[in-house]
Amino acid sequence: MPDVLLSVEGLTRRFDVSKPWLNRVIEREDRQFLTATADVSFDICKGETFALVGESGSGKSTIAKMIVGLLEPSAGQIRFDGKVMDFASGAAMRALRRRFQMIFQDPFASLNPRWRVGDIIAEPIHTFGLLRGAEVTREVGRLLDLVGLSAADAEKFPHEFSGGQRQRIAIARALSSRPEFIVCDEPTSALDVSVQAQILNLMRDLQDEFGLTYLLISHDLSVVRHMSNRIGVLYLGRLVEVAEAKRLFTEPQHPYTRMLLDAVPDLSLSGRRRTPVTGEIPNPINPPSGCAFHPRCPQVFEPCRHQTPMSTATATGQAACHLLTHDQKAESS
Amino acid sequence: MPALADKAPLLSVRDLVVEFPTRRGVLRALDKVSFDIAEGEVLGMVGESGAGKSLTGAAIIGLLEPPGRIASGEVWLRGERIDNLPRERMRRLRGRRIGMVFQDPLTSLNPLYTVARQLIETIRTHMDVSDTEARNRAVGLLDRVGIPAAARRIDDYPHHFSGGMRQRVVIALALAAEPELVIADEPTTALDVSVQAQIIDVLKEICAERGASVMLITHDMGVIAETADRVAVLYAGRLAEIGPVRDVIQRAEHPYTAGLMGSIPTLTQTAERLTQIPGSMPRLDAIPKGCAFNPRCPRVLERCRIERPELIAREGGRQVACWLYDREAQDA
Repeated sequence: MPDVLLSVEGLTRRFDVSKPWLNRVIEREDRQFLTATADVSFDICKGETFALVGESGSGKSTIAKMIVGLLEPSAGQIRFDGKVMDFASGAAMRALRRRFQMIFQDPFASLNPRWRVGDIIAEPIHTFGLLRGAEVTREVGRLLDLVGLSAADAEKFPHEFSGGQRQRIAIARALSSRPEFIVCDEPTSALDVSVQAQILNLMRDLQDEFGLTYLLISHDLSVVRHMSNRIGVLYLGRLVEVAEAKRLFTEPQHPYTRMLLDAVPDLSLSGRRRTPVTGEIPNPINPPSGCAFHPRCPQVFEPCRHQTPMSTATATGQAACHLLTHDQKAESS
Repeated sequence: MPALADKAPLLSVRDLVVEFPTRRGVLRALDKVSFDIAEGEVLGMVGESGAGKSLTGAAIIGLLEPPGRIASGEVWLRGERIDNLPRERMRRLRGRRIGMVFQDPLTSLNPLYTVARQLIETIRTHMDVSDTEARNRAVGLLDRVGIPAAARRIDDYPHHFSGGMRQRVVIALALAAEPELVIADEPTTALDVSVQAQIIDVLKEICAERGASVMLITHDMGVIAETADRVAVLYAGRLAEIGPVRDVIQRAEHPYTAGLMGSIPTLTQTAERLTQIPGSMPRLDAIPKGCAFNPRCPRVLERCRIERPELIAREGGRQVACWLYDREAQDA
C-alpha cells in the first residue's frame, strides 16, 4: 500500500440558500439547503494524480475548496499526511497551507492585474518566510524559467501575457511555496487545445521533477484520462465511482459513468453505437430520493428509488450502485 | 436546368476579407477566406479562439459589429449575391433563409416574452400564416426538438427552461421559418457533455429532415468529428485546410491541423506526451509575413517566410494552404 497523502472521509458541505427571514415567515417556507457535496470519501497517494470528473453542479469545485481550506466542511474530515485539518486553529492551518497549493481555472481572474508578475510569484515566499532579500528575486527567476517563461518577465504585468502564459505564471506561483500537493481546478478549460497541450505537458514534467501529487478537477474526460492514475466520478455531490484511469474507460461500473462515456464526442471516428443520453441533471436543491441518478438510469429498479446506494468494492475500484450489490446477493444465494 | 442547379453550392464564400479599422491601423480579421457549403451538407468550422470562426458566420449573415466590415470578397446564397444587400433586404433574409443558433441560449431568447410569442412572431414575420396556424407550427417545432408537453410549455418564459431545453427552443426558433442554411455558433459550448450529445443529435436530425445545410462553428474537434461532413480549419483569419472530415482528422496535411489533432488527448489512445505546438496564435496586428503559421511550423520552408500560400487542391476534394504541397516546387 503506497503512502496516503490526503484522505477525505464523509466530506459533506451544505449551503444555506433560504430566502430572507421575513419572506420565509410570510410565505410559510422552511429553510432550504443545497447539498453541494454529500458523504464523499477517497484517498490520494503520494505522487499520483487523482482526478474528479463530473458535470456542472456535481460538487467538484466545492470539494477542491474544502481540501485547500477555503471552505469549511459541514461534516466529515480531511486528513493531510496523517494530520486532521483543523479549521478552527489558524496556526495549524497555516502550517499545512504551505504544503498544498491551488491552480484555478481562469488565469485572467486569478492573477492580480495591479501586481507585477514577480510580486505575484513571490507572495507565498514572503507569507511563509521561506527566503529573504535577493534570494527571493533569484527564486522567482528560477520558477519563471521552470515554467517556460524568462526571468525578465518578472517585471511585467499579467495583462502583457496570453492565457497560456498566465496559467504558467499561476503554476509558478503555486510552486513557490514548495508544496507537495497541488489542487488543479479545471486548469486548462479556459485555454485553446494547442495551449492546453503545453500546460498539461508542463504539469506532467513538474510532477516528475518534484514528485508532486495532483488533485485534478475537470469536466473533460479525455484530459482526465490523459493525466491521471485514478479517477473519481461525481454526480450531484456524490461519488458514484472510483477506478483506475484506463480501466474506467474500458470497464465502467456505474450506469452514470457509462452514460458519460457514451456522451463524449469521439475523435477516432469509430462510428461506435451509443446509447442515446436522456434527461438532464436535476436541481441539487431537491435531488431525487434514493440514488440521485435513478430518474435517468436505464437500469433502474426498485431499491434505487428510496435507498441511497453504498459504495462497494469493484474489480476496478469502487462504485455506489444497487446493481452491483444486487448481483452479488443473487450470485451468493 | 435542374441538374446544374443541384450541383451549384448552396452557399459560396469567395475571398472574404473582414477588417476592423482601429486607431493603430486596419486589422484584418479574415483574410481571403473561400469555401462552399453544398445542399444538405454539414460544414464544420474549427480553429482556436481569435481564428475568425464566429466572424465568418457573422459576416455571412450581415451581423458584423461595427467598426468591423466586409472589405472585399463575395457571399453567394443559391446564386444570389448577399454580402452587398441593403439592410432591409438582409434583415428579411436573416431568419427566413439563414437561421442562427448562438452559444448562449439565455442571451438569444428575450426573457420578457413567452416562448410562444417569440416563436409565433418569428413564424409570422417570415411566413404568411394565421396566428392559430403559427401557434400550431410552433408547438409542432417544440415537440420535434424534444420538449416534453410542448403544447403546455410553449406558454412558459425562457427562465422556466433548463440550459439544454433553452438551447432546444433556440434551435426551434432558428428553424421556424424553414431556412436553407443554419449557422450554429458554438451551440453546445455552454452545456454539459450529457446534454451536448442530445442537442447535437437534435440539430443534426432536424436539419437533415428539412434538408437545411449547417455551418457548425466550434472549437471542439470531437463534435466536428461526429457531426460534420466536411471541416474547415481556420488559423489567424485564414483557411489552413478544408476537406472531408475523415481525411482532415485522421490524415491532416497542413502542419497546423496535424499539430492541433496531436494536441488533443483522446479517449482511446494512450500517449505519454501530447504533441505540442510551440507559441500561440499571432495577434491580428502582428501576423507574420508569408504563411501566418511559419514561426510555429515544424516543417517550415524558406518560401513560407516570404510568400503566402494559396489553397492548393489535393485528392478527395481537400484543399490545403501550405507550400509543402505545391506541385511545381516538388517537380523542381
